[in-house]
Amino acid sequence: MIDWTLILEWFIKAAISCFVLLTGFAYMTFAERKVAALLQVRIGPNRAGPGGFFQPVADGIKLIFKEEFIPGGADKVIFMIAPIITVIPALIILGVVPWGPTVTLFGRKILLGITDLNVGILYILSVASIAVYGIVLAGWSSNNKYAMLGGLRSTAQMVSYELSLGLAIVGPLLLAGSMSLGDIVNAQSKLPFILLQPVAALVFYVAALAEVNRAPFDMPEAEQELTAGYHTEYSGMKFALFFMAEYIKMIGVSAIFTTLFLGGWRGPFADLGAPQLPAAFPEPLVQFVGGLDLGLLGLIYFWAKVAASLFFMIWLRSTHPRLRYDRLMALGWKVMLPLALANVMVTAAALVSPVAFWIIIGVLVVVVAAYLAGRVGLAVRGT
Amino acid sequence: MVPTTYYIALSAILFTMGVAGVLIRRNAIIIFMSVELMLNSANLAFVAFARQFASLDGQIFVFFVMTVAAAEVAVGLALIVAIFRTKKSINVDEINTLRG
Amino acid sequence: MTIELSLFFLLALIAMLAAGGMLLSRNAVYSALFLIVNFATVAVFFLLLGAPFIAMAQVTVYAGAIMVLFLFVIMLLGAERLRQKSVLPWQAPLAVVLGIVLLVEAGVVIVTRGLGAPPPALSETAAAGFGGPQAIGASLFTTYLLPFEVTSVLLLAAMVGAIVLTRDEKGKSQIPNSKSQTGK
Repeated sequence: MIDWTLILEWFIKAAISCFVLLTGFAYMTFAERKVAALLQVRIGPNRAGPGGFFQPVADGIKLIFKEEFIPGGADKVIFMIAPIITVIPALIILGVVPWGPTVTLFGRKILLGITDLNVGILYILSVASIAVYGIVLAGWSSNNKYAMLGGLRSTAQMVSYELSLGLAIVGPLLLAGSMSLGDIVNAQSKLPFILLQPVAALVFYVAALAEVNRAPFDMPEAEQELTAGYHTEYSGMKFALFFMAEYIKMIGVSAIFTTLFLGGWRGPFADLGAPQLPAAFPEPLVQFVGGLDLGLLGLIYFWAKVAASLFFMIWLRSTHPRLRYDRLMALGWKVMLPLALANVMVTAAALVSPVAFWIIIGVLVVVVAAYLAGRVGLAVRGT
Repeated sequence: MVPTTYYIALSAILFTMGVAGVLIRRNAIIIFMSVELMLNSANLAFVAFARQFASLDGQIFVFFVMTVAAAEVAVGLALIVAIFRTKKSINVDEINTLRG
Repeated sequence: MTIELSLFFLLALIAMLAAGGMLLSRNAVYSALFLIVNFATVAVFFLLLGAPFIAMAQVTVYAGAIMVLFLFVIMLLGAERLRQKSVLPWQAPLAVVLGIVLLVEAGVVIVTRGLGAPPPALSETAAAGFGGPQAIGASLFTTYLLPFEVTSVLLLAAMVGAIVLTRDEKGKSQIPNSKSQTGK
């Protein structure tokens, strides 16, 4: 009754997903240092292994053998579980993201990706919303005012930007007419949504940076003001877990961005399935080529796009200064949120009819003009 | 297939625990959390009945309960913060006068 | 015992233990965490009952928004440890007794008035998209359109209420004519 091979397949896919994310984390730290060095005309890590290739291994060994330290007056139980709570959402958020099309491997139809839920978008939003807990609990349990302030700042920032993130997702969702990420990728077979939804893509990317606390939004750990924010008191492997969560989340949001706006695994030839050579070719060659499913190309396209998005994140970090905290909140609430809302309205109107689209555009233009006129009027009166 | 009765029984138990929490605890925030527990157990019963009668109405009701709960929490916690500012306490036994 | 039934009992145990933990914790932060565990198990129950949309909304709204707000307020007020002055010492035992009475009442109703036919198999209803976003959306925007719109007004009112209630007293002097606005 229970399909054990299916359960085995899920288990293997989940294990591969975790393995890829953990390895990806290790080499993201390396890539970040190398790319930042490249952009700042330095050399970067080059001691461990050829070109510094074993640097992540060295870092890992160092962190494992560091002394674990629990500050006095800390809430021990929560102090221990906070890093775990931070890592788990980061690891499971990719559960609904398709890595490729359904391919035939070993005589079995296998979906590249763990699963495809009909509430996939909601799954991502709910997992993203519980990622806050690890950070706020770490800050609270450390019994340190800097950690506490960092944790509270981070909570406020993540909750604020979650709204823009959710509204930015609504654009592609409306165009695809489905909450399943597989359907959203399929809807991009002609054009990736970044061309149809540039505003949503921009808002999503910026909100995602804020959501994973990356520079220029790494306010929760602004070292000049808060030492190291919520993980000030953490050391050894517990600190490594926070570090891991941050980089895995980067990979996660890049994968989601790729799926929603860059066409996911789509690329030339990826959806053709197994090719059929004409019978004129020799028999073994036909069989060999027939066994190669071109859907596997999807994996390459997918991860290449994710890598491009990650490179962009590192690039942003090495070129932009950190925002001030009040400006960050103002950006989130006064720019990102209205922009995302306007995008949703325009997209929905365009889907209903061209007339509705132009009416909404007209209304928005009037509102923006009135706002700008008010600002100018205030400025004139003020001087 | 779990019988709907089991879900209703669990919902009843959770609801009772919420009632006990409201009656026993004196911390206004925990009383508030107990109210949330009661709402949540009611949601469980709604969804169980929705499956029993193969009708979506129960699930729609849960949707409305959630929005009302969110609104309630926003106002309720604002009230608790306001009370804490004036009385420096959120023990419900100490908040026994009408004057602030 | 089938897998689903054993899963039900395991989750029910977790849910009840979490609710009990919430009631008995001295520290309000622990109470909030126990309540989050309870909400998460209820979300899994929703999945078992064929309500994926509601399950995800449960996690997003309750665990993601409401409980974060609770934790925020607890931490900001520093109210995690409250001295328990028992002004009414007879109240706690009485509450337990009344709780048990309520539970017995509910049990009598459930036992005596069975639900009759067992629910339809989930595989049949799931095939029709039962509980999915399409079905919920269609119902929400047709049958329940008016309540849905009224809910948005309710949320707006709650937002305004929360902002007015928590506005800093000192901030009032900076805003001209604030007295006439708030009516105080």
